[in-house]
Amino acid sequence: MKQLNFLSGVLLASLLAGLAAGQAQQSDIRILLTGGAKQTIALPDFRGAGAAAQFGDVFNQTVFDDIQISGIFTMAPKSFFPLNPPQQESDLRTAPEPPARRGAPAPADCAGRCLSDWAAAPVSASYLGFGYLAEQNGQLVAFGHLYNTTVADLNGARLFRKLYNGELTADGARQLAHQYAADILAKFGMPTLAGSKIYFVSDRQARGTKELWVMDFDGSNQKRLTAFNSISTMPAISPDGTRLAFTTFAKGQPRLMMYSTVTGRFIPFLNPQASVNGTPSFTPDGKSVLFASSADGRYTNIYISDLDGGGLRRLTNVRAVEVEPKVNPKNGQDVLFVSGRGGPQQIYLMNLDGTEPLRLTTGEGEASNPAWNPDGQHMAFAWTRGYAPGNWNLFIMDVSSRETVQLTTGEGRNENPSWAPDGRHLACSSNRTRSSQIFTMLADGTAVRQLTTQGNNYMPVWVK
Amino acid sequence: MKRTRIALVLLAAAFLLASAGCKKKQPVAPPPPPPPAPAPAPAPAPKAATINSFTAEPSTIVRGDTSTLRWSVSDATSVSIDNGIGTVPANGSRSVSPSDNATYRMTATGAGGDAVAAVTVYVTAPPPPPPPPPAPKASFEQRLAEVQDILFDYDKSEIREDARATLQRDADTLKAILADFPSAVVTIEGNCDERGSAEYNLGLGDRRATAAKEFLTQVGLPADRLKTISYGKEKPVCSDSNESCWQRNRHDHFAGAQ
Repeated sequence: MKQLNFLSGVLLASLLAGLAAGQAQQSDIRILLTGGAKQTIALPDFRGAGAAAQFGDVFNQTVFDDIQISGIFTMAPKSFFPLNPPQQESDLRTAPEPPARRGAPAPADCAGRCLSDWAAAPVSASYLGFGYLAEQNGQLVAFGHLYNTTVADLNGARLFRKLYNGELTADGARQLAHQYAADILAKFGMPTLAGSKIYFVSDRQARGTKELWVMDFDGSNQKRLTAFNSISTMPAISPDGTRLAFTTFAKGQPRLMMYSTVTGRFIPFLNPQASVNGTPSFTPDGKSVLFASSADGRYTNIYISDLDGGGLRRLTNVRAVEVEPKVNPKNGQDVLFVSGRGGPQQIYLMNLDGTEPLRLTTGEGEASNPAWNPDGQHMAFAWTRGYAPGNWNLFIMDVSSRETVQLTTGEGRNENPSWAPDGRHLACSSNRTRSSQIFTMLADGTAVRQLTTQGNNYMPVWVK
Repeated sequence: MKRTRIALVLLAAAFLLASAGCKKKQPVAPPPPPPPAPAPAPAPAPKAATINSFTAEPSTIVRGDTSTLRWSVSDATSVSIDNGIGTVPANGSRSVSPSDNATYRMTATGAGGDAVAAVTVYVTAPPPPPPPPPAPKASFEQRLAEVQDILFDYDKSEIREDARATLQRDADTLKAILADFPSAVVTIEGNCDERGSAEYNLGLGDRRATAAKEFLTQVGLPADRLKTISYGKEKPVCSDSNESCWQRNRHDHFAGAQ
């Protein structure tokens, strides 16, 4: 087990190293955040018997996607797989049995039943996950295994075997697959993203309107939350995931609205008397809301209030537009925000009481959408540096060293990065496919996955 | 005897004289008709014509309209109405459309006598045409369409020189509109092009709307009747990615209050 945590150990070490090194190479942040070198895993398809057979595709695809998106493995190509993958432990231990299907040629050698078949070229996988699906008492059962192919002794090579029970539906199969994938990732110290959700904004309902939606992290189960037939946008989620704050034009001037993800109802929030109240976010303790307001009647600046809008306090007081306050999730003190106080919009850092404002971006181009990594050290953001106004690309900055790396390069407008709970993935919106859609990617810009296709979709917020 | 003869002669002479002298004077009442012969059927006595009714409905018309003459005549051998109508049946009606007051005389001729009646149809001139309609009252929203948008430079909320001239004209128009609609409120909608971030543009659009409001109140418009709203870049008027569309979207628009 200890050796299996090697990778996460490397992650931690490089994290600390990265913080110490002020002028590290650009690629370091990416390795730091994503893990760098990858091991290869082989995941032959689970086959299902009887009523379970129909759910094989969704199960296998979900496992594959979850493992691939984790970014810690190279996926062995299925075309290299031996003909006869194991389905259960007994397949491994004994000499190859005649194949389950009649008429198939008898294997000349192990043909997949020996771990060495998987460790050797062309598969060259260090790890092998296998199993099968069955129906039992009206339930869907998955029997999943994970082996280290480089260990000769079968008992020593086995990392886990586990029985999973769920509903005999496609959704049930998806849940089992997420659990199995999560168990594989847990062996490598990786939290699973399964169960996490992404809130976002979509105009798919009606042209000229924007409503709030939510989906699973992999794009499944897309559901609409609001029906104002207006413009509701810029969502923020409380750290415990129970409250959604957003900006809506449903009552005329833009104002904040609060929604309970638990009850599905709106929660009263007292908006300041102002022409603009918008761009909310929560403090890490979940007890306060930061937002932008023109409560002074002149400039949209940063304010903080209790969850019900009471206890309003002004944090900035400048003759410039200031929006998007984001409190450091680790120390609850440092606030990232966007300001036009020095000219074109740039990202600044200040204390929670509004003191010591400090510009983080260089002043080149325009910068927006700061998003703290859960580590409290890095921020993802959108920047037009090097491009004409409006051509946003995603960057990550080590906030203490100001070292930045660029994740996207001119593939449309890439905005509103939001970190996954694992701190290794990002969701963002991009119009690289002409319309604006939600994508996820590893923090090094790889493993890009498009989650939405209908209408235009914006402003993802990823939450555990 | 002789006296009797003389008396008879005198009487006859007197009678002759009298009758000769009266011929040119008033006629002598006709002798009473002979008593009907008892045996043969007596010839019907000729009756005078009677006009039971002769009306014009309506009796007053507007020139160009018609009135209906109705009549009912009995015991007439012929009935006629003047004024170009001529002979008509004993009972009937006729539409007439005189251009001026007209009196229609009906003459009913009967064996035993004639009857005459008349009705007058009075013709009034149609009322004068309505005065030319006052210019139709434009709605508040229609009037606001006269108020020109003002345009801004990228990432700026200062009123440009060209926008200043536009806004000065808008101020006059708005004053007139607000005077005509004393309870109305005008909303100044601040908008941005697609390039800045949606979040920042919320504040920038607000600045643009506020800048126009400040200008308008300085030239005398009442602040409490000017409302501002920032749509950021959420309500573009065009969606092309070029400067002409961007410029159109960097604007303040004037609309009715919500």
